[in-house]
Amino acid sequence: MTTALVPARHYLNDGYGIKSWLLTRDHKRIALLYLAGVTFFFFIGGAFAVLIRLELATPVGDLVSDETYNKLFTMHGVMMVFFFLIPAIPSVLGNFLIPIMIGAKDLAFPKLNLASWYIYMLGAAFTTYAIVTGGLDTGWTFYTPFSTVASTSAVIPAALGIFITGFSSILTGLNFIVTIHQMRAPGMTWFRLPLFIWSHYATSLIMVLGTPVLAITILLVAAERLFHFGFFDPAVGGDPVLFQHLFWFYSHPAVYIMILPAMGVISELVAAFCRKPVYGYPFVAFASLAIAVLGFLVWAHHMFVAGISVYAAMIFSILSFLVAIPSAVKVFNWTATMYKGSVSWQTPMLYAIGFIGLFTIGGLTGLFLAAVGLDIHVTDTYFIVAHFHYIMVGGTIMAYLGGLHYWWPKISGRLYNEWLAKFSALVIFIGFNLTFFPQFILGYLGMPRRYHAYPPEFQVLNVLSSAGASILGVGYLLPMAYLMWSLRYGRLASDNPWGAVGLEWNTTSPPPTENFAEPPEVTWEAYDYGSPVVEEHV
Amino acid sequence: MSDVHAHPALAHHFDSLEEQKEAATLGMWVFLVTEVLFFGGLFATYAIYRTWYPDAFAAASHELDVTLGTINTAVLITSSLTMALAVHAAQLGQRAKIMVFLALTMALGGVFLGIKSVEYYHKFAEHLIPGPGFQFEKEHIRHAQIFFSLYFVMTGLHALHMIIGFGIMLVMLWWTWRGTITAEYYSPIEISGLYWHFVDIVWIFLFPLLYLIGRHAH
Amino acid sequence: MWTGTPLFPEQASTMAGRVDALYFFLIAISVFFSLLIAGLIVFYAVRYRRRDPAGVGAAAHGGMALEIAWSVIPFLITMVIFVWSASVYMAISRPPDETINVYVVGKQWMWKFQHLDGQREINELHVPVGRPVKLIMTSEDVIHDVFVPAFRVKADVIPGRYTNLWFQPTKPGRYHLFCAEYCGTRHSGMTGEVIVMEPNDYQTWLSGGAPEGSLATTGAKLFSDLACNTCHRPDAQGRGPVLEGLFGKTVSLQSGETVTVDEAYVRESILTPAAKITRGFQPIMPTFQGIVSEEQLLALVEYVKSLQSLPVTEGTGVGEPTTRLPSPPK
Repeated sequence: MTTALVPARHYLNDGYGIKSWLLTRDHKRIALLYLAGVTFFFFIGGAFAVLIRLELATPVGDLVSDETYNKLFTMHGVMMVFFFLIPAIPSVLGNFLIPIMIGAKDLAFPKLNLASWYIYMLGAAFTTYAIVTGGLDTGWTFYTPFSTVASTSAVIPAALGIFITGFSSILTGLNFIVTIHQMRAPGMTWFRLPLFIWSHYATSLIMVLGTPVLAITILLVAAERLFHFGFFDPAVGGDPVLFQHLFWFYSHPAVYIMILPAMGVISELVAAFCRKPVYGYPFVAFASLAIAVLGFLVWAHHMFVAGISVYAAMIFSILSFLVAIPSAVKVFNWTATMYKGSVSWQTPMLYAIGFIGLFTIGGLTGLFLAAVGLDIHVTDTYFIVAHFHYIMVGGTIMAYLGGLHYWWPKISGRLYNEWLAKFSALVIFIGFNLTFFPQFILGYLGMPRRYHAYPPEFQVLNVLSSAGASILGVGYLLPMAYLMWSLRYGRLASDNPWGAVGLEWNTTSPPPTENFAEPPEVTWEAYDYGSPVVEEHV
Repeated sequence: MSDVHAHPALAHHFDSLEEQKEAATLGMWVFLVTEVLFFGGLFATYAIYRTWYPDAFAAASHELDVTLGTINTAVLITSSLTMALAVHAAQLGQRAKIMVFLALTMALGGVFLGIKSVEYYHKFAEHLIPGPGFQFEKEHIRHAQIFFSLYFVMTGLHALHMIIGFGIMLVMLWWTWRGTITAEYYSPIEISGLYWHFVDIVWIFLFPLLYLIGRHAH
Repeated sequence: MWTGTPLFPEQASTMAGRVDALYFFLIAISVFFSLLIAGLIVFYAVRYRRRDPAGVGAAAHGGMALEIAWSVIPFLITMVIFVWSASVYMAISRPPDETINVYVVGKQWMWKFQHLDGQREINELHVPVGRPVKLIMTSEDVIHDVFVPAFRVKADVIPGRYTNLWFQPTKPGRYHLFCAEYCGTRHSGMTGEVIVMEPNDYQTWLSGGAPEGSLATTGAKLFSDLACNTCHRPDAQGRGPVLEGLFGKTVSLQSGETVTVDEAYVRESILTPAAKITRGFQPIMPTFQGIVSEEQLLALVEYVKSLQSLPVTEGTGVGEPTTRLPSPPK
């Protein structure tokens, strides 16, 4: 055991004033600013989810009015997608780790990085303003002509909020791309990069290429509302379905913005807790890029019932199947990594195992939706809701929590309570499945999504789901509590508490402001467990 | 690596000015790719509606002032030239010349925006703003609104980019004046130039699409 | 507690069995792979659990054969699913030639059904068992979606264009009809029932009420009320094209293109006459945008459709249009 010592000088004690945080250019401090932001919006979005599930415990729609209910699911979606899921892993873990993992002192553009956070908060402020001044009832998808003509809610401030936040995403992606290209330490070749970096590189490509299309689309919606311009309005010959094409051209790849970084985290976790290189490293790395590229070619599978032509539907169906392959390749490689590993059951690994299982179910049910003949029946039902929550919650949030636990000692310099953490992981896993598995059945039965009241025969399954949601809610509050507690009372963490490989474990916990006392030079391959360089750390 | 000979413009996390310049240039290119996609969404929308409603688009395009559009195109191309000369002067570290060419670029940009405002004013006076007050020959009144909606959003966003470019030029002028820009460190001017050229190129696409195509039909 | 809680939807159309078969196939694949992955993970986690705190995993190098296998096998499986699902989709999207046609108008937040014989219904749709039914649908305001889970069919109802949906019920009964595309405040109240009847009961129901005569008759009355007949005359002397026998034909346009006269074209020609002028005519027709409602449009469309008999018809284009979904206006 290495003895844990607080380094004399680290990024957390390098200035204490409010200015040293709000004007910081240190990527690690900016990551913590993001952590505060995304955590806040996660719990706001979570509160909306709790209200939704409470409402759906009875079929008649008696807790809140239909108008309120529509606002609840809209704001749940907007908050979770744009202000939690998209920034969560890249802007918190990615921001903190990318420079350290590649042996750089900071991201390529530190001021831009800080600006990204302010832009994110500004967008969040607009959207929050929309929420408190009348709310938003368009669904997070803003479908026209409802959003442009019919809705009487605060569409414009909400749309502006999302437009603005989009630029935060673009600038973060830009910063990551340039950093990964230009700032790698001597010896850190592309194929020595941790897979976390590869997946963030792929994510950044999507951010840079997809987000502007969403931005312009949302802008057109706002212009149509504000100035009565006509782009999607059938009254002047506009086509509301064109909006859907533009929207999904971004928003389908955005799904991969949410899941690719999670996959990167899982690769790190599996390697660290099996003490083994990830099986088939180049295949996992290229799978990320394949997903990023193919992800741009499948958007119309959200529109199989929206009057697109038979042939378009066929093409988008077959392409959607293709994007499943690289995801499957990743799952198989992670599983193979565990073979003959030295598998530790510490908390982050529990999350990784949970991720692989839930992501597998989420991915396989995606095949139901790519299958165009079957999608007709299940689209716009709770089957869809269940599917994307298996990916977004069972996948992304599991990975995010796993990653947060894994790097917590590095971020905070403290250890959390292992038993409490394991218990919470279990609660989350059980609560999650109880919440969302019944929704697959509900969906196939035909319960449409976004319904405030529903036929009584669907009640039992809905009650199960609501019960699961309350367990899940508790499960999410626990880590919040013990991680905060550990900041003050947790045991001090050593530089490498897991015995893991990676440049982030070669520096102090917490790292100094410039990340390394001496600029590192890399002479080993990624995840090189068993090599003499690594032995001394373990 | 706090070496005493480090250039004052070298940020702490880069090893050399060369590396810093490469990063900045790559960053600007990535940003321009984003911009291409941003305008790409509009061009795609334009292409679809033009294919659907060729007659209405031709009729509506006829309402635009080709003379003013042509003058503006020439003005903007000239501003690209002065921008390129500013970059060239920067490479040679000729401070006065940089400032002259930057100022010229800004002036030409100002002329462009002025002419654009005149055009906007005409459209306003002719009730060509989409919405309830829109007036147009009866047979195309619906679809022509889509054309003018696209016209205002596309040229408006382009003008917004020019105004942002103005701000950038101001900063560059200030940096040049106070001596930050030297023959060793001129990448800010260079990447500002990339941005300015990009904005010009957008116009090079907008001009024929909005003003020229389909005019022969009338 | 499970009494009255179905876990699987009723099968009440010819399509239901086909969709369900594909569903069970996919469930089988999903269960197999989920159990495989979960089983392996748990097994490895137990079998290779870390016994020595300093333990390190055995070095293993990627096997090309394995990588290819687990890329190619899933690929082949997904292609099987694709072919199967595409065939189901073709069946769902191609109605048979002979269908009972019902016009549907969705609006916030109700469904209006218009039978050809003149019956109008709100939030209820009566159809006979064993006959294919085609819905020709549009919306007055925002996007809606007709969804009948027991039939396994669903299609968006989009303002500004016509979309189709067809099904052939196999069992008499009452089935949920949901709006499946979020459409505003009372979206979850925009529900109704499809009432599938024995053919005899259906005939009785049909003859029960049609106070205003058939839909085409309504359209004919509107046609003269709006003075359409002053220009569109059957004797080819009018200033507008002859409509008799026109539906289903292909006509040449002023622009040199050709267009098939289907519901969407008739609709567009009423709302935006100048968009596609038939060759040899002047663009003199005024627009009826804002003058006729979606329901009146449907009556007019049906009237134009009904004008099949007068002149000698040629070719095979008469009857149902061959285009399935009307494409957006070109």
